[in-house]
Amino acid sequence: MADTHSIIGTKNKKGQTYTDTWKMMNEAPRTPSFYTGSEVIKEAIRRASCDVMIAYPITPQSEAAALIGELFAEGYIGDYFRGESEFAVMSQCAGASFGGARVFTTTAGPGTMRAMENFPMWAGARLPIQMIVTCRGINSPLSIQPDTLEIAYLLNTGMLVWHAETAQDFFDWILKGYIVSEEPDVHLPLALCCDGFFVTHTKDVVNLTPADMCLPPYDPYRSPVPCMDMECPPVRMMRDPFVMKSNYISYATHASWQQEIWAAVERSRKHTIHWLNGLVDTENTDADIVIVASGTAVSQGREAIRMLEDEGVRCGLVKVKALRPWPEEEIRQATKNAKHIFVPEFNVTGWLAKEIRATVPNSQRVHAGPHVCGGMTMPPEIIVSEIKTALGMKTFSMAGRGS
Amino acid sequence: MSDYRVLPGPEHFLPPAAASMGISLPNPGEAHINGVITSEDKAYEEAARQFLMAKVPTIFPGPLVLWAWNEKAAKKATAVRHLFNTLKECVQPGQKPMLIPMPDYRPKYPKINPEVEINPNHPNLTIWHNKIDCCMFIGVHCHQANLSLKIIRGGTSCYTIAMCAQAGHEDAMLSFRDASVEKIMRLADTVKRLKGTVQPRLTSAKNGASS
Repeated sequence: MADTHSIIGTKNKKGQTYTDTWKMMNEAPRTPSFYTGSEVIKEAIRRASCDVMIAYPITPQSEAAALIGELFAEGYIGDYFRGESEFAVMSQCAGASFGGARVFTTTAGPGTMRAMENFPMWAGARLPIQMIVTCRGINSPLSIQPDTLEIAYLLNTGMLVWHAETAQDFFDWILKGYIVSEEPDVHLPLALCCDGFFVTHTKDVVNLTPADMCLPPYDPYRSPVPCMDMECPPVRMMRDPFVMKSNYISYATHASWQQEIWAAVERSRKHTIHWLNGLVDTENTDADIVIVASGTAVSQGREAIRMLEDEGVRCGLVKVKALRPWPEEEIRQATKNAKHIFVPEFNVTGWLAKEIRATVPNSQRVHAGPHVCGGMTMPPEIIVSEIKTALGMKTFSMAGRGS
Repeated sequence: MSDYRVLPGPEHFLPPAAASMGISLPNPGEAHINGVITSEDKAYEEAARQFLMAKVPTIFPGPLVLWAWNEKAAKKATAVRHLFNTLKECVQPGQKPMLIPMPDYRPKYPKINPEVEINPNHPNLTIWHNKIDCCMFIGVHCHQANLSLKIIRGGTSCYTIAMCAQAGHEDAMLSFRDASVEKIMRLADTVKRLKGTVQPRLTSAKNGASS
């Protein structure tokens, strides 16, 4: 068994130095690089001391999955293969994680939905797998374009769910995500989501940590459950599940088990705040109007705020970084002065607005919108228009092109 | 800070996880008592006091210390045995210290033998059967320990202590973290030092474990 502290400063087979994560992320020099989000995923995984990556093609994550195959060819990843389907991939990830490996995978849209049965299983089995979700449309008719509806389905799986705005978030959070996820009091899978294409396929300047530094390896001996043991839960639990026994003890145990998963999500709060510097970022929260958003809707909200400032309307911004754990107190505090709370989203149901309505007092302040979906872009002008309409100000319609 | 306190039960048909009630784990060098962060020094005193006050103070060693899977585990097991022997030396007539292992985590059907083991899926059976009114978990994987601690809090009045090798347990009434041989030995020393200064609860038929 390896002692993580004794490994710091030693080199892996690629000559990378196992580095204290805090130093690597906060003190090591950064190199500005012009990369797509997919390339950034590759560069983060190069530094993540990953044991296993399992891939399956589905747009828009296919490029990242293929690029990580290159990392395998270069010797940065212990094992890499293509599963038979997304369901198979997530099951194979579970197997690798049960065996004590640090596991990485990527998926998107219908792939997320196809694999869904595995996610509560991962959480219940306390497997700290990291899954990148490059969100896209999930419903028929087919759309491969950005749409964040799948996140709504992930929120109640017991996984940690973070929503990256930029490629820089992606790079940093992939690495930090493993550290939070693998804490013994947390030890849960992480769904690290982004808005497909907007983040994965556009280039941005990203400040990278040195390529010769990498995370300390995963230590499965700190796991809150025994790693692979066919006679013990959680493995045995799945072939001899409590639900098969119709008695009070079975039900009570299963209930206590479920509570423990959500207790672990709660415990991740402290670590997430430490590593992400808070569950939310805020600007001008003393304003009467506050935009609360996650993912690239934050960027559009920021631009809308700039445009409104030109017209003398002052707005605040809350960037929600972590969806699980949910920043309940942070959002209450950040919106306590707001008379209007706008929640722009890239999905049809407005799941983030529903969460916020359930969180803040006087929830009639929450305007669920604007919404776009199915791959539509969200020009900042429509956020401006939504806000001005609510304030009774004159605005224009972007939709009107006819007579 | 949360108003919730982690207290001996029976608390509820389905008691909440303490973490979901706002109870946080201690940072390194700290412990918690009833969900309130405190110094380790205070926790040693309180754990020893609870042991000496109980009619059936019991240690539940789990797989991580029951098997000599590395040198550290073997040394911890020796320290746990020392703590148990110290308890036996320090209690008064009428008190009955026990050492009951949690050898594995398999649900035991059709029925566990509560005389010889405790199981995380139905720990209340062992607590009730032996009328255990104070217990300490050590060497139990964290997930299984939390599972047990909640069920014990839900259905029994047993005072629970966790000597955790990782980050500690909010679902115990008292929890240490980063358990080591030295910490176990220090708890044994504290028990020895407090010998004769704590009035035992010898009426556990009514005040001890509920049934």
